[in-house]
Amino acid sequence: MVTKEAKLKKNYLDKDVEMISTREGFGQGLVELGEKNEQIVVLCADLTDSTKTSPFRERFPERFIQVGIAEQNMANIAVGLSLQGKIPFLATYAVFSPGRNWDQIRISGCYNRANVKYAGAHSGLSVGPDGATHQALEDIALTRVLPRMTVLVPCDAEETRKVTHAAADINGPVYFRYARAATAAFTTAQTPFKIGRAQVFRDGDDVAIIGAGPIVHTALVVADRLVEKNISCRVINSPSIKPLDGETIERAARECKALVTCEEHQVTGGLGGAIAEYTSKTFPVPINFIGMQDSFGESGQPNELLKKYKMDAEAIEAAVLAVVKRKRT
Amino acid sequence: MKRLTELKDLRRMASTLRQDVIEMLVEAKSGHAAGALDLADIAAALYFNVLENFGPQEITNPDRDRLYISCGHTNPIWYAAMARSGFFPVEELKTLRKFGSRLQGHLERGSVPGIESSAASLGQGLSISCGSAYAAFIDQQRYQTYCVLSDGELDEGSVWEAVGFAGHYRLQHLTAIIDRNNIQIDGFTEDVMTKEPIDQKFEAFGWHVIDVDGHNIEHVIDACREAKAIIEKPVCIIAHTIAGKGVDYMEFDYRWHGAPPGGAETERAPKPEEQGKAALKQLRTLHGKIDNSDCC
Repeated sequence: MVTKEAKLKKNYLDKDVEMISTREGFGQGLVELGEKNEQIVVLCADLTDSTKTSPFRERFPERFIQVGIAEQNMANIAVGLSLQGKIPFLATYAVFSPGRNWDQIRISGCYNRANVKYAGAHSGLSVGPDGATHQALEDIALTRVLPRMTVLVPCDAEETRKVTHAAADINGPVYFRYARAATAAFTTAQTPFKIGRAQVFRDGDDVAIIGAGPIVHTALVVADRLVEKNISCRVINSPSIKPLDGETIERAARECKALVTCEEHQVTGGLGGAIAEYTSKTFPVPINFIGMQDSFGESGQPNELLKKYKMDAEAIEAAVLAVVKRKRT
Repeated sequence: MKRLTELKDLRRMASTLRQDVIEMLVEAKSGHAAGALDLADIAAALYFNVLENFGPQEITNPDRDRLYISCGHTNPIWYAAMARSGFFPVEELKTLRKFGSRLQGHLERGSVPGIESSAASLGQGLSISCGSAYAAFIDQQRYQTYCVLSDGELDEGSVWEAVGFAGHYRLQHLTAIIDRNNIQIDGFTEDVMTKEPIDQKFEAFGWHVIDVDGHNIEHVIDACREAKAIIEKPVCIIAHTIAGKGVDYMEFDYRWHGAPPGGAETERAPKPEEQGKAALKQLRTLHGKIDNSDCC
């Protein structure tokens, strides 16, 4: 059953659940922040509309900086601004930032302890028709290895709004990714979010599905279906990849004794990797990993791609059934 | 911080900084000699005359001039200038590059007071300086942002992203100082990768360009003042320097870019074990061509 604390929308499993892109939540969060705090500045590299930095630009043109198609420069202009007390958010496609400017993020961002917020747009496979070049499937791995970096992956538009606020509230470099496709808007303003915490969205004790990003909604769909097969699935939303909520994850490993991780990212280096690293030190259990299996994507509609690359409900269900068989008795 | 206004005092300071550099590098047994030595006159000019509202008591002063070192490998000269202006004890200079030291192999923000930004990976400082100058524009502040770059660094594409940005926004109060010493690790700059015409490139991007003898402290100070007076566009000072300036056997020789005294064998250099002593002797006796009286 869905936990009370999750405060999900009542119709979260219905076909008519509202579909909103996570980038809308980012755009809204930025404007709210801009109103609240004059130190917020926003930078963009010629992708203002698609990164949803445009509402901020319209509202606060004097605090919006267009840098052109120059992601390396953008990352370090942000550092220069932050060293004077500004709180810069820089947004472009995640394939370009942290893809293109990782060195700038490493040395000038993290080593400097700069208070810069890196927003990676168009993340994951569901970018769709733009194809492999634009599908960021390595960004979590690239940022997670950086000391001092906080890495967040919100599951829907509302959580992206919260993540945007939370990123501004802490002092230090933060990377978060968001996506283009409209996905289920299933959490509410009352759904808790805190950096370093995961939330149990659904109780269960046969297996725990731990996800980050819009795929968490698919995990809830799967958990509901598996009731028929007498499998009780716990579903954990883990938007805070770094710092990871080790306590919640270890408890899931101890109580369910099998895990499935879900993300629109390579299965190495992302949430799945982080959980495998953590549980191997604390309470090792069998884990199956849903994600990109060491390949590039291609053009297509999001649902076509998620099916082919085994990140849809059927694939998650199969992974759950398989991991349950691997449980030690 | 005491500002030096007499040219002879500034020259003496440059000489002291050069000696510090040699002593640090001999002790560290690794590091970059040539650029650190040739920047000594510029460092003396900046730290002891040009920079305003600047010094150990001003590190949180929002009006302080900002100095960003983009060529982090030249750090011995900046550590020396910082120690000599009271940011940390001079004795600490000898810990450079050693385990447990605050003086890292390349500049690290937060390690000692007064380092505005970490630096090492080349091509990053000018972008950070653009952010600093842009913040001053947003907040209507008057501080000047200085960025010191090496000439080899101009190979990095990201430098030109920043040059374009500063030109596009006509960033005020931004001064880039290029250490034009004509060397980089693998050879002479124009052999490794053509840099010229540096002046025309910057001008094409909307910068004002000033050429200056980087060993003439008076001219360096004048150029910085001129740069500050030009408020409608960013300014690039191309400081022409002699790599390894002050140590005869290092001058003009790219093999000293990444080596300390004692760290290379060249035709003009004494035996490695004598290189440190020879370098110091030249600096102290002024046989090493650091007296600028001929050209002033």
